[in-house]
Amino acid sequence: MSVFAFYLFAISVVTGGFFTVVSRNPVHSVLWLILAFLSSAGLFVLLGAEFVAMLLIIVYVGAVAVLFLFVVMMLDIDFAELKAEMAKYMPLALLIALVILMQFVIAFGAWETNAAAEGLRAQITPVDRHNTEALGLILYDDYFLLFQLSGLILLVAMIGAIVLTLRHRTDVKRQDVVAQMMRDPAKAMELKDIKPGQGL
Amino acid sequence: MSADLGTILPEILLSLFAILGLLGAVYTGKDALASALVWVTSAVFLGLAAWIGLSGEGTHIAFNGMFVDDGFARFAKVVILLSAAAVLVMSEGYMKSRDLLRFEYPVLVALSVVGMMMMVSAGDLMALYMGLELQSLALYVVASLRRDSARSTEAGLKYFVLGALSSGLLLYGASLVYGYAGTTLFSGIIQTAQHGDVSLGLLFGLIFLIAGLAFKVSAVPFHMWTPDVYEGAPTPVTAFFATAPKVAAMALFARVMHDAFGGAIKDWSQVVALLSVLSMLLGAFAAIGQTNIKRLMAYSSIAHMGYALIGLAAGTALGIQSMLVYMAIYVTMNIGTFAFILMMERDGQPVTDISALNQFAKREPGKALAMLVLMFSLAGVPPMLGFFAKFGVWQAGVDAGLVWLVVVSAFASAIGAYYYLRIVFFMYFGSEDGAIEVNGSKTLWVFLMGAAAIIGIAWVPGINMFGIGAIAELAATSLVN
Repeated sequence: MSVFAFYLFAISVVTGGFFTVVSRNPVHSVLWLILAFLSSAGLFVLLGAEFVAMLLIIVYVGAVAVLFLFVVMMLDIDFAELKAEMAKYMPLALLIALVILMQFVIAFGAWETNAAAEGLRAQITPVDRHNTEALGLILYDDYFLLFQLSGLILLVAMIGAIVLTLRHRTDVKRQDVVAQMMRDPAKAMELKDIKPGQGL
Repeated sequence: MSADLGTILPEILLSLFAILGLLGAVYTGKDALASALVWVTSAVFLGLAAWIGLSGEGTHIAFNGMFVDDGFARFAKVVILLSAAAVLVMSEGYMKSRDLLRFEYPVLVALSVVGMMMMVSAGDLMALYMGLELQSLALYVVASLRRDSARSTEAGLKYFVLGALSSGLLLYGASLVYGYAGTTLFSGIIQTAQHGDVSLGLLFGLIFLIAGLAFKVSAVPFHMWTPDVYEGAPTPVTAFFATAPKVAAMALFARVMHDAFGGAIKDWSQVVALLSVLSMLLGAFAAIGQTNIKRLMAYSSIAHMGYALIGLAAGTALGIQSMLVYMAIYVTMNIGTFAFILMMERDGQPVTDISALNQFAKREPGKALAMLVLMFSLAGVPPMLGFFAKFGVWQAGVDAGLVWLVVVSAFASAIGAYYYLRIVFFMYFGSEDGAIEVNGSKTLWVFLMGAAAIIGIAWVPGINMFGIGAIAELAATSLVN
């Protein structure tokens, strides 16, 4: 049963990836990409890594792919033209890809793992712990330094985005909280007592 | 854990400083504080350099081996911090007068220095990658700091795309190494990667890793981004690119090769030797036709990385020692040269054309003499310090039996001398007056004269190159043993 599920998910990942690249319509590409993400999440569940699977769906499908979809729909880029440009280089690219592929076939054909590697490698799914708990322990204990560093990298990304795009405009009306709070009803409003039927 | 935190205290303090500086500037004066922040950041760099250089001792390993604090890392960190401090101070006047100085600039430089410090102390493939990305990401942003200029944004984008590609190569190599060794720790990899026993897959991983690292040190054939990025980025940023990141990348290169693959020196030494030969030759030949001094300095830095790589290719403690000395001297020469380039202007506009230097020596003999010393040193003319840098790596190369490499390098250095001496020729015997003004702030003048003085007098027997050889020897023996 799990073998069947594996092949099902694996085939949909490859199909999704293939059509992401070859689709003419960029919106279709993103939809194929979402299929690839969802199927990889299925593969992770088969491996027993359900937390990563959920993460893949929530972060990649939920945020990244939908963001892509918005960007693709809003940007006015003629993808067909870009692809025509790429077609010129296609023969050379295919040749290089073929050479690299052959080299990898040779490399992986002769692949061997070091005798000590099996013992050094971390266990994929710890038996005594819940998946999420095990990940948390590794992330905040063993890889504490790396975790903090990735936080710094995200900070740099945020500063970078602001530095490169934010422009202070002087003609914008901004909210002045203090002025708002200090507003006095007596100065801002005038109450008139109007008799019924007389009008202003 | 607390001992671990003590080991990375300099990095923690610098990150905290960057964050507090950012918060402080955002909530108060914003760009009005930028100048002050630049000076304070350089002061912090200087303080950390003094602290690391004077108090550090022995080898400390933190976070299960992910972070290594040894003599080698401390040497690299001191050079990185000092050069970053110098470049920051140099850039203040230039950026302010051209309305480029924003308070994020010193903050980003500080964060990229944190990345560099992590790089040179990395003891794990993942820590290496994190440090590298932290450093690079901040550099991509400062490259396109002049965001209204097409050249500057193009430089940033090009650097970003090629940097991402190189990160991909590096990560793929790291994954292959992990697949073979079963661990990402250098201390674990070195046990599995011994010469004669290196499997084809591991070799693939090693080559990919070297390709990724060669991108960062801009060694040929992974140098394509360098001239465009150097030319497009604002000049102070170019000065930064040419100094601290190069030291960090070179130190990281040496650390990975010796700490993780020290048992298989023969396997990587030939690859590094090839990178070195190509860089030296391309740097020498391609710079000849350049008229823009920033592009010329880019090719010059490619060539110099080639010379420094000889030390790494030697695969010995002497090689690492000569490489460290080379990088320290290279940084000093570049700081002086860029102080001069930052001062070059005509009618208040920056000039980067070499022919503008015509007959410059007649008007300002002092500055022309300083530039002459720097150019002679970059070319490797004795008795300037640059010659001793080259001599050191040649010695290490011959010692390790790489005579052919040394011969090619001497040939490349003779050709490379042409374009450095051409600048001197223009200054002293140029045909018509280039009408250039070289009158930046006093700070730039101090850096130009200071660097020229260090380069010019270091050969005097009593000074003995300021004892840098002995310090580098200590650093090298802590890496190679």
